[in-house]
Amino acid sequence: MSEPKVREMTPEARRKVRAFLMTVPALAVLALVLLAPLVIVVARSVTEPQPGLENYRWFFATPVNLTVLARTFKVAFWVTLLCVVVAYPYAFAMSVAGRKLRLLLILCVLVPFWVSGVVRTFAWVILLQDSGLINKTLLAMGFEKIRLIRTQTGVTIGMVQILLPFMIMPLYSVMRGIDLRLLLAARSLGARPVASFFQIYLPLSLPGVFAGATIVFILALGFYITPLLLGGASSTLLSTLIQQQVLSLLNWGHGGAMGVVLLAATFGGLLIAAPLMRRRYPVTGGER
Amino acid sequence: MTRTLGRIALALVCFLIALWLVAPTLVIIPISFSETQSLAFPPTGFSWKWYANIFDNRAWSRSLVTSVEIGLIVAAVATVLGTMAALGLERLKNRLGGTIRLLLLTPVVMPGVVLAVGIYAVYLNLHLTGTWTGYVLAHTLLALPFVVIAVSANLSVFDARLEVAAASLGASRLTVLRTVTVPLIAPGILSGALFAFVTSFDEVIVSLFITSAQLKTLPVQIYASMTRDTDPTVAAIGTLTLVVTTVLIGAGLLFSLSRGRK
Repeated sequence: MSEPKVREMTPEARRKVRAFLMTVPALAVLALVLLAPLVIVVARSVTEPQPGLENYRWFFATPVNLTVLARTFKVAFWVTLLCVVVAYPYAFAMSVAGRKLRLLLILCVLVPFWVSGVVRTFAWVILLQDSGLINKTLLAMGFEKIRLIRTQTGVTIGMVQILLPFMIMPLYSVMRGIDLRLLLAARSLGARPVASFFQIYLPLSLPGVFAGATIVFILALGFYITPLLLGGASSTLLSTLIQQQVLSLLNWGHGGAMGVVLLAATFGGLLIAAPLMRRRYPVTGGER
Repeated sequence: MTRTLGRIALALVCFLIALWLVAPTLVIIPISFSETQSLAFPPTGFSWKWYANIFDNRAWSRSLVTSVEIGLIVAAVATVLGTMAALGLERLKNRLGGTIRLLLLTPVVMPGVVLAVGIYAVYLNLHLTGTWTGYVLAHTLLALPFVVIAVSANLSVFDARLEVAAASLGASRLTVLRTVTVPLIAPGILSGALFAFVTSFDEVIVSLFITSAQLKTLPVQIYASMTRDTDPTVAAIGTLTLVVTTVLIGAGLLFSLSRGRK
């Protein structure tokens, strides 16, 4: 039925229509299992049990919810910060290593991916439990036992290890493109190594830091399985609350409002971070 | 002098980070051979019984087979849809194309539970909970971004003039696609398919919501077992997947190394 119309179009326009049509099947899947679910979540948050913003009022008026929301942000922040600190030297080593060593380092980043996330969380349970490897080592070294499982610390340790590859890879891809001769040039002009790092290398690597940090932060905000299995009642995150509202309490209105809050945090984070990733950071000192 | 010191410090730090990345996962290997039903480390005794349990216990064997089957279907569906979309987007370099590309990537950043709750609501209406179609649709959504990224990365280094050349020699659009484009972007399609399979095989959050007693995927079964009791069968399954992926990736590496030497 649209055939005659297509024939009237210029070849260029026809090419565009054909190209668009190729994306339609994928978009149809998107509409059914992404768009429709989101619409339902948002709709229920403002219609159940009655139309209005009652569910949002409830969310922001209940202290427990605000505590959990703050905790979710706090955990995501610490996980991101730790990931940056740990990933930076590693990605740097990857970018300057020889071919074989680099392959080995990349392999170490990818190995965790060979086993599913649930199984990796299972491994952390083995390590973190009260009679686990970490506590046994601490005891053997003459230290006190520390409680790790069902605590915030335990959840953070597990999350950092699981999310680290998402920080290392973007950082590495940016660092690989940095011309190390710039550092040599700075050195030959009399800059001290520390100065040349902070004034030249760090600014050039910042887009990678922001790209990785954004992904890690967003994924950490929505983390579900690891906090559930490694954490306890005192380390509940927003995702768990949503699941409780919907599956245990069958309160779709409350669950929907919480979901919208989490979505807003996620996409707000993306909007703030997007320009930071694209910006070029000025290399300070020297000629302008 | 300070340079060598710096290098040694960097090497040491990297060694520790690499250890931290890899070692935690490896503790499942000794646990999988434990003789007792406990997760105490180091385990006592030696036995194969947790491996036998994967195949003897119907809950484990069925969920493993289900996950492999769903993973293969998702890999096929997501690869076809994702490759088509990537090909379309490559020719649609305008505002609309940019928007569509962004849309196709959103599943990656969606908070899992929000998506799961929404999909659960839709599936309750359409009676799709606990069905093959339900799993395949949801997993395909989550796998699509990886296929689009992998194929697009391959397309961006692909010389489009080859297609023009083939067309100018009289090849039809379908022939160009079949004999020129697809073979040249095959590595991207293949890695996309692999990512799609892994995404489906590992997916747990949405699956937990749409699962049923009759049709359960492996991650759901693992999760249920972890919340119920301590079962080293999880370690056995994990070790098994680790061995299979190591062999597959090792073979792939050897293959690409031997080809690279030519």
